[in-house]
This record gives sequence, C-alpha cells and structure tokens, in this order.
Amino acid sequence: MTSRSAEPILEVRDLVKHFPLTQGILFKRQIGAVKAVDGVSFQLAPGETLGVVGESGCGKSTVARMLVNLERPTSGEIRYKGEDITRLSGRALKAVRRNIQMVFQDPYTSLNPRMTVGDIIGEPFDIHPEVAPKGDRRRRVQDLLDVVGLNPEYINRYPHQFSGGQRQRIGIARGLALRPEIIVADEPVSALDVSVQAQVINLMERLQNEFDLSYVFIAHDLSIVRHISDRVGVMYLGRIIEIGTDTQIYDHPTHPYTQALLSAVPVPDPAAREGRERIILTGEVPSPAHPPSGCRFRTRCWKAQERCTLEVPLLAVPAVFRDTHGPAEHDSACHFAEERQVVTSGAGPGETRGPDGEGGEQGPDPDNER
Amino acid sequence: MPEPEPPKDEGAIAPTGTGGTMDLATSDGAGLEGLDQGDGKGPDEKARSLWSDAWRDLRRNPVFIISGLIILFLVFIAIWPQAIASGNPLSCNLSKAQQGSQPGHPFGFTAQGCDVYTRTVYGARASVTVGVCATLGVAIVGTVLGGLAGFFGGFSDSILSRVTDIFFGIPVVLGGLVLLSVVTSSSVWPVVGFMVLLGWPQISRIARGSVITIKQNDFVQAARALGASNSRMMLRHVLPNAVAPVIVVATIALGTYIALEATLSYLGVGLKPPSVSWGIDISDASKFIRNAPHMLLWPAGALAITVLAFIMLGDAVRDALDPKLR
Amino acid sequence: MLLEVRDLQVEFHTRDGVAKAVNGVSYSVDAGETLAVLGESGSGKSVTAQAIMGILDIPPGRIAGGEVLFKGQDLLKTKEDQRRKIRGADMAMIFQDALSSLNPVLSVGAQLGEMFVVHRGMSRKDARARAVELMDRVRIPAAKERVNDYPHQFSGGMRQRIMIAMAMALEPSLIIADEPTTALDVTVQAQVMELLADLQRELNMGLILITHDLGVVADVADKIAVMYAGRIVESAPVHYIYKAPAHPYTRGLLDSIPRLDQKGRDLYAIKGLPPNLLKIPAGCAFNPRCPRAQDICRTDVPPLFEVDESRRSACFFWRETLDDVPVR
Repeated sequence: MTSRSAEPILEVRDLVKHFPLTQGILFKRQIGAVKAVDGVSFQLAPGETLGVVGESGCGKSTVARMLVNLERPTSGEIRYKGEDITRLSGRALKAVRRNIQMVFQDPYTSLNPRMTVGDIIGEPFDIHPEVAPKGDRRRRVQDLLDVVGLNPEYINRYPHQFSGGQRQRIGIARGLALRPEIIVADEPVSALDVSVQAQVINLMERLQNEFDLSYVFIAHDLSIVRHISDRVGVMYLGRIIEIGTDTQIYDHPTHPYTQALLSAVPVPDPAAREGRERIILTGEVPSPAHPPSGCRFRTRCWKAQERCTLEVPLLAVPAVFRDTHGPAEHDSACHFAEERQVVTSGAGPGETRGPDGEGGEQGPDPDNER
Repeated sequence: MPEPEPPKDEGAIAPTGTGGTMDLATSDGAGLEGLDQGDGKGPDEKARSLWSDAWRDLRRNPVFIISGLIILFLVFIAIWPQAIASGNPLSCNLSKAQQGSQPGHPFGFTAQGCDVYTRTVYGARASVTVGVCATLGVAIVGTVLGGLAGFFGGFSDSILSRVTDIFFGIPVVLGGLVLLSVVTSSSVWPVVGFMVLLGWPQISRIARGSVITIKQNDFVQAARALGASNSRMMLRHVLPNAVAPVIVVATIALGTYIALEATLSYLGVGLKPPSVSWGIDISDASKFIRNAPHMLLWPAGALAITVLAFIMLGDAVRDALDPKLR
Repeated sequence: MLLEVRDLQVEFHTRDGVAKAVNGVSYSVDAGETLAVLGESGSGKSVTAQAIMGILDIPPGRIAGGEVLFKGQDLLKTKEDQRRKIRGADMAMIFQDALSSLNPVLSVGAQLGEMFVVHRGMSRKDARARAVELMDRVRIPAAKERVNDYPHQFSGGMRQRIMIAMAMALEPSLIIADEPTTALDVTVQAQVMELLADLQRELNMGLILITHDLGVVADVADKIAVMYAGRIVESAPVHYIYKAPAHPYTRGLLDSIPRLDQKGRDLYAIKGLPPNLLKIPAGCAFNPRCPRAQDICRTDVPPLFEVDESRRSACFFWRETLDDVPVR
C-alpha cells in the first residue's frame, strides 16, 4: 500500500454481511445465508477517491449500503474518524449520517416523484434543522442547484420534468446539502447516456476539489473508475481480492481475476483487435450462498491448484513481491500471484501496445485463453 | 486531491464567486443554456406535479366527465332530495297501490301505494351514505394496517397476511346474513360496519403490496440515509406514492358496496323499513314483477346506473394515475 | 445486398405531440457482414430495428415512409402472414433483457423446440433433440440435463446464450442484436460476444449490432452507423470511425472516453442534453451541442455528404472535423 500522510477518515475492518435465507410461513427459520460481504477491510484517506470494482453480486453495493448505514453489518467495524459507527443509534447515528452521504445509481428511482426539486434538495435540512435556519433554506437549495449546474429557477419543478443527467445532478445536490465529508457513490453514471456520463464525472471531480470530499466510488465501468480513483479495490464474491493505486491495479495486476476483468474490457480501438490478448473466463460467478472453499475464485481460475481449495489466500502483499518496491508490491489475495500486463494502456488509436507487457514470467495458458 | 482552501466560510454551499459559475458554463458542458434548449423545455414551463398531470388527463376523458356528472348529481340528491322530489317517501296511500304513471307521479306507485319517484330519489341517500362511509372506513383501516405491515414487514406482516387470508375465506353474503340478522337497528351504521369488517383485507393487501414496491425505491433509501425518521419516510415518501392503486380500487369498490347494500337489504338483513333504500324497494317490488314491473324498474335502474358510474370513475382514475396500463 | 433500409421514417403519436423517432435512415448489411448501429437512448437505433423486424407497436408507432428491402423484397409492402414466416426463420432478433424475452412458464427446451415445430413441422420429440443440439452449440454445459429447466434457473449469461440459440435455430440469414451484452457482466460479456461472432462466421449471417458501447463495437463490427436524433450522422468502416471521425458527435463520443493521460483533468464532455424527439432542433439536430456549429447548421438540415467511397457524414464541416486534432 502507498504511504498516506493523513489519518484515514474512514476505516473498514472485517466487514461481514450475511443475509439469512429463511423458510416458513408464520415462524421463519433460517436455512442458510447469502454471504454478500464476507470480510472486507479498507481505508479511505481525506480527499481521496477509492474506486471499488467488481461484477454484479460481488457485494460492492452492499458495502456501500453499510457505509451509509442503510444496512447493519453482521459483524465488523466501520470507523469514521476512529469511531465505530456500526454500533451507533439515535442522535449519534444521525450526526454521523450528516458526514457520510450517498449518491444512488438510478436517477429515475432515487428522487421522490411527488416532491418538487426544492423539497427534495431541502429535505436534508428538514431532517437536520440545525444545519440551516428555516428562512435560509430556499436560498441554500438554489445555491446547491447552481453548484451542480442546474438553473436555480427550477426549484419548483418535479423530477419527471428533467432528463436522466439532470436528475443525477439533483441527487448529487441532495447528497451535498449537509456538507458531508464522505460521499459514497454507487454506480452514479451507469444509468446515464454516454455523452452525459462525462459531464457528471467532471462535476463530481470539481465538487471533490471544491468541497474537499472523499469518495467511495463504486462502479463496474473500469475505465471510469480508473479516471476518477486514486486507489482501486477489486471485489469478487464478497471479498476484496486486490487493492492498490490505480497504476498498481491497472498496469501491474497480480491477481488472476483482476487480470481477467481488465482484459475483458472492450477497447474502443479496432486496431487492437488482432493484437489483444483476452483472458476469457470459463463458467460463471458461483452463488454467494455457497461460495467455494479456500480461494473463491478458484472455480474459474486457470492457475488453481490444490492449495487454493484448502487455504484461503489473505489480502496482503504476496511474498514474491515483498520488498521489491516495484508497482507489483500491493495487496493481492492470491497464492500464485504474478504480474502480468493486460491493458493496452492509453488505448489511443495508433498507440496500441503488444499483447504481452513486461510482466508475466510464463506465457498464457492455452487451454483457458484465446 | 488536496485543496488548500475549501470554501468553508459561513457554511454556505455556494460556488466561490463568479469563478464557479463560469466553470459551469464552460468546462462542465451542461450549462444553463444547454439545459434550456437541450430538453426542449423553456424556463417558463410550469411545474407539473404527477397529480396535476393526472387531473389534466381526467378532465379530457369523456368517461370521467359522464361518470363524474352522474356522481355529482347523486351526491346532490342524497344531501338535498327535497330539491327534486316534493313528496314524502313514507306517506303512502294504499288505494293507489301498484298503480302506474300518472300526473305528478311519473314513476307510479309501490305495493303500499307510496310514490316510486320520491322513494327512488330518497333511496340515493342510503346508497351514497353506505357506499361512501364503507369505502372511507375500508380505505382507512386497510391502508393503515396494510401500509404498516408492508413498511415494517417481519412478524407483524406475517400475522396480518394470515388474518387477511382468513377474512378472504368468509363469503360476504353468508357473513352478512349471519352477522346482520342479529342487529335490530334500522340505521345504516351496522351495514357500514359490516362492510368495513369484511372489506378492509382487500384494500390492506393492495396497500401492503404497493408500500413494499415503493419502499424498495432508492428515494426511500435516500431519505433513510439522510437520517429520516420512520414516520417521515412513511408519510412523505411511501404513502403519497403508494395511494394511487388504493384510490383506484376504493373507487371501484364504492360501487360494489352500494350493490352489496342493496343485496343485503333485499335479503332483509341490510337496511330495514322505515329506512328508504333501493334494495328494500327492489325486494318489495320483486313479488309483483309480472303485474307492476315499473316498481322494480326504477330503483333497480337507479342502482345499476350508480354502480356503473363509480366503476367507470375508477377506471378513468386508474388510466390517469397509471397511463402505462392503457 | 442482404438487407437494405432506404429512407425509413417512423413516428410515435403521444399525447404531447408527434415524436419523430426515425427520420430518414438508410443502411445496408451483406451476408457475413457486421453492421454496428451506435447511438444513445432516443437516437432511434432500436426503433429502426423494430421496424425492420416488423415488431413495432402500431399504434402508437407509425411507419411514415421508406423501404426495407430484404433479399430484394420490400418488407413494408409484404403481407403480415408472409412476414411472420420470414420472422424467426430467416431474420431473427436478440434482445437486451433475456429474462423478459423468454417465457417463464415454458421450459427452455420447449421454447427452443417450438421454432422447429412451427416453422419446420417437426415432431415434438425431434424438436427436443434439436433443442439439445442447439444448447450444445451455444456452449451451455450439460445441455441434455438442462433442456427441461426453466429460464429463471439459468444465469444471465446462460439466458443470453439461450436467446442466441433461439435466434440461430433456423439458421437465419440476418440477425439483429439489440444491446445483447449490456445487461451482462464484463467477463460474461466477452464470452457472449465471442460466441455471437463465431456463430455468425460459421453461418455466414448478416449481423446488425445495436449498441451504445464504443468498445463492444470496435471488437466485432465491420462497419458502423452512428445515429443521433433519428438520423444517421456518420457511417464508415470501423477503422475510420476510430481513427478519423468525420462528424463532431462521433468525435465527441470518442473524446469523452476516459484515457490514461487524462487523469486528474476534466474529461471531454459533449455539452447539453440529448434532444427531445418532440422538439428536435431545426437544422442539424446536433447543432446546440456542437462545438463547430455555424449559422447554416441552425437553418439547414445537412445531407449525408460523401467523404469517400465508403464513408458518409451528415456535417457541413466534415472536412474540418476530419482534420481536428483529438481533444485528448
């Protein structure tokens, strides 16, 4: 991990969320559990953006919901400035909530269709009246509309009178109202049109600078995550399997899943078509109700050996890379971690690199890759 | 992202002066000008709530206009029957029993020699009172119970669901015959009470389902993440969005309650003389259907039109509240 | 030419007015060729496909003009019962949402077999055997055991394979795939795209791939048509589009893809919002968002200019756009 000067503003330790599977009509009994999140730890520094990527069902949204206290963890800690917020309730919880806000994925369901934009953005002030005196609220709401690039005169309109991108701006304005320090954004642009996504990303970056925000940015679009994030965590089946700076993860991935994920991203450059090496994974993500023993990725991994079945790989710097001081020295939960470059970085036309980067001591396994 | 001087002055979230605003117009793209022509909506466009959209749709719907006028007229004569009927529905003259239409008595006379026209007009009061009161009671009880069960879920929800199942198993007419036969009062309230008792599960199921659907929307989660209380989430976010299907079903149910009142009165367990009700008159007239069909025709016609009007109104409201169903 | 669409126009009648969803679209696909139709929501890319397939909802939709020539026959003038014979057999479609496109109460085998029973008059038993073959062909593991499973028992990627199997069943000469991988995860997306490309090659089919994803297109397409507000604004072989776009909209889309050396800076963003189809701007529909817009763009609708033999651009300033230095 990189050295960070500041104390983490948010620290997550061994976070676990199991959703019970129940049976019965009146009296329910538990017959199992969906292990949506199963031991996630990370830190977030002030002003930093941590990107979290992973496929659907990997638990990234559940992590987000626990961070903003929409979901109570089964176990583990979420420390905000040293204080574990998972045990808070009542007034203390409400106070913490002011500082950690969320931006939702779907701008069509995240705004109450029966409230005006002014009421939606002003609601945080109704709930936390100490933040803004009553007479001041209308002005504040209009300021917020202005900040996110909407006409302050639209304060009395309803959400359905806006397009998707504009609605997402309204959602962001609501998240900003209480002047939080941390914003958890769960797929904030994936529901938007391509040409509007860049606008919203730019807005989020500008707001981060302007208000000194820390972001936890959850997405499945790897190129957007790379653009906005300082550090990136890759999740698979309820666990973080690799975490590091964006360069470490994108240019020097050491976990096979990260490598496969990166190589699967379509590159908008037809010239890369021939030269590219793609790791096409076989099979699909196992059910989180019955995760595989040992390493959870082993059922789809081309490197899997017996050790992977027996021993859970820990998220730590793999022994091979310890004290190498190279970009591969970052946390990766794989027994057989090795570096391999899969992204033709830059990916600009005419800038395509060969399929094999500098890494990869051994060639691709012909059985699993094409 | 170290920003040396975050604008923390007096807590206001404003872009730092003109710099921020210029930023919007240039680099950020969707500046204000882009917004106005981009979506084709001028800044002068009015705020349109979903309710006002629905109302605008309703006003253009001929079905709504026709049914609405019928219902307005019904309510009017229920409140003030003297306006169009000068006689007394209870003053009867046996010598005129079963006679047909004559001047001053356009609908003829009943078996007891009462004026059919006057009785039909006065009968609206019982029907409308029972219909409206039963619907209000059912809607309130059903929405509160179903809404709470749907919102909180868990054990109370399981209990409520089973209780609704039990109530659904009770045949309405049979239940009415059993329960209401012990009542001696001739007022509308026992009938209303009976309908609320048997009717709430229907609304409660709809309210519960609707609340569960709405509850999962991100805007409710957003309110929760802000620290909103349960009552705030319920009253401000869930209910306003969940009531539409309740309104639709309740409107249609209103018509069926009026029909049910007539059925129960016909069977002799609903309203009882000296109350004036279409059901009672239909019951009385049915014995003389061969000799004097007019006695049946008018109250039965009034009943049919009333029930139809409410069902049509319910349909129109549904179309307006959920245009996708069309 | 396998399929040729000429000047297609589709309108939707809504309570707020007439929305011109497709406004004179022409494109063509040959056997064995992949045409990618690229556009945002509301660009008319899916409506065009629905009109070709003859599955447009009429009303509120209405085909206001144009021709759809399939193997030389104008489908818009063909009787519905004849079109039905073509649909599914010689021309098939794959949708984005495989779960809602499959019938939840019928087993997968029954739905696959149905194609053979209806179009080929096979017996149920033979059809079932063909269904297993098909599932094998789209690489569904343990096809024999799973043929009697229901759609919800399959994962998203497997369901999309079943959709592909269904589309391939009668070996059509044209397949239209509407955002076939958008709902899938990245790693599964790659599997499904590869399968689709393999089968296309094997059967020498024409493929129309409708998508908003510039990445997916780059991997498989031969040529690309970019749509905006119901029109094609640029069409060209795939290599040209990425190397030297001839329309400012295409240029903007390419420039707004995050790139490595852009980190820490603003992304390039096309300003403004996608157009409202009820109120398409006069002149070039893209003019309010275009960095290059001049007076003529606000008054005249640009025709499709011939950039060279294989490329078209609906921009008055296509020459200047070609010479643009990328923003990155």
